Amino acid sequence: MNSLPDTPFEASASLDVRADFPALHQEINGRPLVYLDSAASAQQPQVVIDAVSRYQSHDHANVHRGVHTLSHRATDAYESARNRIRAFINAASLSEVVFTKGTTESINLVAQSFARPRLKPGDRIVVSHMEHHANIVPWQIVCGQTGAELVVTPIDERGQLDLEALDRQLDDRVAMLAIGHVSNALGTINPIADICRLAHERDIPVLVDGAQGVPHGSVDVAALGCDFYAFSGHKMFGPTGTGVLYGREALLEDMPPYQGGGDMILEVRFDGTVYNELPYKFEAGTPNISGFVGLAAAVDYLETIGMQRIARHEQALLGILTKRLGDIPGVRLIGTAAHKASVQSFVVEDIHPHDIGTLVDQQGVAIRTGHHCAMPVMQYFDVPGTARASLALYNDENDVDRLIAALDRAIRMFQ
Amino acid sequence: MKAAPTSGDSPQGEHELYREVILDHARNPRNFGALENATHTVDGINPLCGDRLTLYVDIDGERLDAVRFDGHGCAISLASASLLTVAVQGRSVEDALELRDNILRLLEQGIDYLGPATPQHSALAALAGVRGFPSRIKCATLIWQALGQALKRRDAGPNPTVTTE
Repeated sequence: MNSLPDTPFEASASLDVRADFPALHQEINGRPLVYLDSAASAQQPQVVIDAVSRYQSHDHANVHRGVHTLSHRATDAYESARNRIRAFINAASLSEVVFTKGTTESINLVAQSFARPRLKPGDRIVVSHMEHHANIVPWQIVCGQTGAELVVTPIDERGQLDLEALDRQLDDRVAMLAIGHVSNALGTINPIADICRLAHERDIPVLVDGAQGVPHGSVDVAALGCDFYAFSGHKMFGPTGTGVLYGREALLEDMPPYQGGGDMILEVRFDGTVYNELPYKFEAGTPNISGFVGLAAAVDYLETIGMQRIARHEQALLGILTKRLGDIPGVRLIGTAAHKASVQSFVVEDIHPHDIGTLVDQQGVAIRTGHHCAMPVMQYFDVPGTARASLALYNDENDVDRLIAALDRAIRMFQ
Repeated sequence: MKAAPTSGDSPQGEHELYREVILDHARNPRNFGALENATHTVDGINPLCGDRLTLYVDIDGERLDAVRFDGHGCAISLASASLLTVAVQGRSVEDALELRDNILRLLEQGIDYLGPATPQHSALAALAGVRGFPSRIKCATLIWQALGQALKRRDAGPNPTVTTE
């Protein structure tokens, strides 16, 4: 994060925003819902739901096509969403903000349109051991297509990247570095600005998987210095099916389209087609217009509260959660990096994570259990999966109390 | 705002899933550990949770002489596997396959064909607690799928794998 606070534990344990999120106000199995799975998908505030509904009710038409009034309104809404998101991540121009359906599509786009044409047999792509499958498999595919090799940067027992190993690995065979900003399974925040400097000294382009980065603090792509930054709307309180690829304009300009279709062309002739300018070259077909209207509303919402405040709140609550979990006999924390976002994985001695997940759900507490689409992380820590509690701006100390009580109950049941 | 009612689970609904017999078999799985010289070995994998159980069967002609399992899994998958080994040991292949079909019908469709209420049948029927927990049904069915795979494949060859997906 660019905005990690220096004194993480001084903030209050509530931001008083729960009332903004209608989904939080329900009972699950007879108990008020405690939602601790925002790292998988975050709940949406009413302002996002309303923005989508307002657009669908009054402004919807296709974008960039018609001359009629609704088409103008839809295009305005969609393009102002792009500008809103551009400003949010401090991209230099609208050409650098490509809308996709999610982080996964953003990464696949870069793998196929950027990496694939450049790679030759023997070239290397470096990823880390803590990556989500979405930042592993697209690179394995492109390695299969080109004869390039995937190289994995190790992590340590706290779940931190081995920066010395990375330094050694980034040699002149490396054509691409793909690295997560924040590990979804471990919560580790990687020092992206330093890593980008290191890679750029050797002319290695860097893609950052920012799916877990954007929700937890302000992200400034210029300050980070990355070449590509991929993220998803639904992890930052926006609608599903919305994603963003930030890319340096000079790189995007040179890349062939990822998909062909409507909206990505200037002129189609059977003897040759002229592609549209950036970012439309990468947006074939009718986009998720209402989704991006909702995502822009989510950005407005987050900025009204303040990303710094959100980060301070989450850090304070993470400190409480980690301490309380660590105090339970038989609990082993997985992911104890010095710099972490508000995600805590853990395992309980002799109780499988799925049993934990089912039992705490019976108490109205929603956590994620399993391998978190990060099976290499599970292999490293030699566990089949973990239970994971992730904290967002709407969580408070009561949520932590409820989780701990539900865990105590589950552990007693298995004794 | 009140939610739509859930499937009628009370806060004590967990006892429906984790009945005493299930917890007992999960804590102390019977016939756990590899079977040397098994005639049939099948790996069962649940990709959702990364669980992996291996079922070992020694078939002498038409009878299951020995049935064991190992691997790691949740309480439900371990208990189901443990119950399976106890239930099919000594049965004919035909009987074991029929039991498997009946258990799958019970777990997936809620139809009880298990027959007279012997103690063994009531232990197996405890697996039906997963019916109220849709995301956990596959935990219970995994090892029974593996059994079907083992028994339907009578020839030698590389070990097959079944998955819940």
